Parts: sequence; C-alpha cells; structure tokens
Amino acid sequence: MAFAKDHDLHRRRLGMNVGVALTLVAFVAVMFGVTVVKVTNGGLIEAYDHQPRASVLPITEPVQ
Amino acid sequence: MTDATSFDGPRDVRFGDYVQLLKPRVMSLVVFTALVGLVLAPGGINPMLGFAAILFIALGGGASGALNMWYDADIDAVMRRTARRPVPDGRVTAGEARALGLGLAGLSVIMLGLAANWVAAGLLAFTIFFYAVVYTMWLKRATPQNIVIGGAAGAFPPMIGWAAATGGVSVESVMMFALIFMWTPPHFWALALFMKEDYHKAGVPMLTVTHGRRATRVHILVYTILLAGLAIGAGFTALGGPIYMAAAIVLNVLFLIGAVRIWRRDEGMAEADGYAVEKRFFRFSLLYLFLHFGAMLADTALLEVM
Repeated sequence: MAFAKDHDLHRRRLGMNVGVALTLVAFVAVMFGVTVVKVTNGGLIEAYDHQPRASVLPITEPVQ
Repeated sequence: MTDATSFDGPRDVRFGDYVQLLKPRVMSLVVFTALVGLVLAPGGINPMLGFAAILFIALGGGASGALNMWYDADIDAVMRRTARRPVPDGRVTAGEARALGLGLAGLSVIMLGLAANWVAAGLLAFTIFFYAVVYTMWLKRATPQNIVIGGAAGAFPPMIGWAAATGGVSVESVMMFALIFMWTPPHFWALALFMKEDYHKAGVPMLTVTHGRRATRVHILVYTILLAGLAIGAGFTALGGPIYMAAAIVLNVLFLIGAVRIWRRDEGMAEADGYAVEKRFFRFSLLYLFLHFGAMLADTALLEVM
C-alpha cells in the first residue's frame, strides 16, 4: 500500500510545521524543568480541599 | 484592463513571519534588561525558574508586539520603515496577529505566575496592557507625548525580572525603570528626525509632526540632560558600583555631546550629510542602554568574586 503523495501545501509549509513542533517540544521541556525544580524544592503540591489534613495545617507547637 | 497575471501575491507564510510579529529586536532588549533585574535582585532565584521567568517575560513582550502589529497595520503599511512587516506585507493576516498576541499574552502571564510569582505576572500583564492598549490604541495616534508615556511599557522588564526573584518592587527596580523611561524619548525622537516623511505620511502625531523639527532637537537635548542626571544619580544607589559609575560618566558625557550636536544643527545641515549625526546618536543610544545594564551586571559579578 502506497502512501498518498504529500499535498503541495504540506511541502511548502514544512518549515512552518517543523517550527511549531519544535516550539511545542521546547515548551514541554521548560514546563518539565520548572516542575522538577518546584517539586524537589518541596513546593506545596497539596492544596486545601475542604478536608482538615494534618500535612497542610500550620505547625503550632514543637513536636515532642 | 489591468494585467491581473502580473500580480505577485504574497508568498507562503513561514515560521519566521510569526517570529517577526514578536519584534525580536525589541525582545532582545527586553530579555537583557529583565535578566539584569533578575540577577541584581537580592536572594537569587533557581536558575531553571529564572530561565523560565525570562522566557515568559520575553513572550509577554512579544505578545504586545504582535498586538501592536495587528492594530497598527494601517500605519505600518504607509511608513517605509515598517511596510515590510508581516501584516502590511500580506504574509500574515491581521486576525492571526491578534490571535497570536492574545494567546501569547494569556499564556505568558499565567506561566510567569506559576514559574515565579503573581506579582511579576501582574506587572507583566500590566505591561502588555500598557503597550497594546494605552500606547498603541490610545496615545500613539492622539498625542505627541505618545512615546514619552508609552516608554513606560519598555521600561517595565527589569522591574518584572526583579519582581520574579524577590516577589516585590523596590527603589532599585524603580531606578532601572526610570533609566529606560527617560532614555526612550531621545532615542525615538532621533529616529523621528531621520525618518522624516514616515510619521507625516502616516499621520502619527510625533513631536516632529506637531511641533516641528527645531522643537524636537530641543526636546532631545532637555531629555538627555535629565537622563544623564538620573543615570549618574543611579550610581549612588544600591545599583551602582565602580564599574557602573565609570561607565555611566563616560556614556553620559558622550550622549550629551551627541545631543548638543543635534541641538546645534538645523535641517539644512542635517540634509547635507544625510542625517549622519542623528543616525549616529540613535545607534549609540542602543549601545548606551545596553552598556548601562551590562555595567550593573558586571558590578554584581565583581561583588561575587570579592
């Protein structure tokens, strides 16, 4: 089975499509990098979800 | 009958055309000044987060550039300097420029908020609003003070960079803002002097159009004197160090000499040498800003070493 020949438009816009693809890949890479830093720095990833939860409560007194 | 076959339609759109919409040359100045703001800020920021912050500040600047090109396509088409921009040239439609601008504006503000903090994101949002709405839609066509007030938009990046690292605003970041703010008018008025017919034809009320070229020369001198005072004064705040002080004195003396030469010339002299002095002043103004911020960066590096 042969693939259909590329439409002329796709060939002419190859550069455009490759550029968009690379931009998206770069965006994913940046997001990944930011996420890694945020998580390893111990950023609060548990948000308040209307249930009292020990891990998100402020520490009021030193633990004995 | 007109010869329809001789019409050479716009060529296919390329990725680079969309990059052009983001005004890459303006963006380079945004990146550099934002970087200086971020590096100078006390406390520092994780390099990855700093990189992401600069990237999204640059994207936000690009978004306002795209919105400007959407709204100003009619003016750009008339002016020789801007007629080859993607929208007036027909390579990108005005609607696409607007969509790209709005999309990137939202994306960059949200991402800066997530990567750094919401103070920086708020400043970025305000900057985009200021450039696209206050300057482009409102001031540019209405008043000869257009670039004086509009210059604020270009002056925000170091403040955003500073806010990305510290989460706030301080005397130092306001000084960096003031430096670019005061630099913008002489920079653009020199351009307006040698782009003589452009603004006239487009009906943009630049100072050269409304108050004449003599008044513009006087304005350049006055603003340069104020700028020199501010730039050297900044050396006495926490921004300054030995390198900054030395650079500021040399650069401001040179800039003042250029402004005085522009002030002493009349149109006949300028016509005679093809606006050589005005063009040199304009080119030097770019170097002037770059070296001031470069010197701040160098002083910070010097402190690290010592």
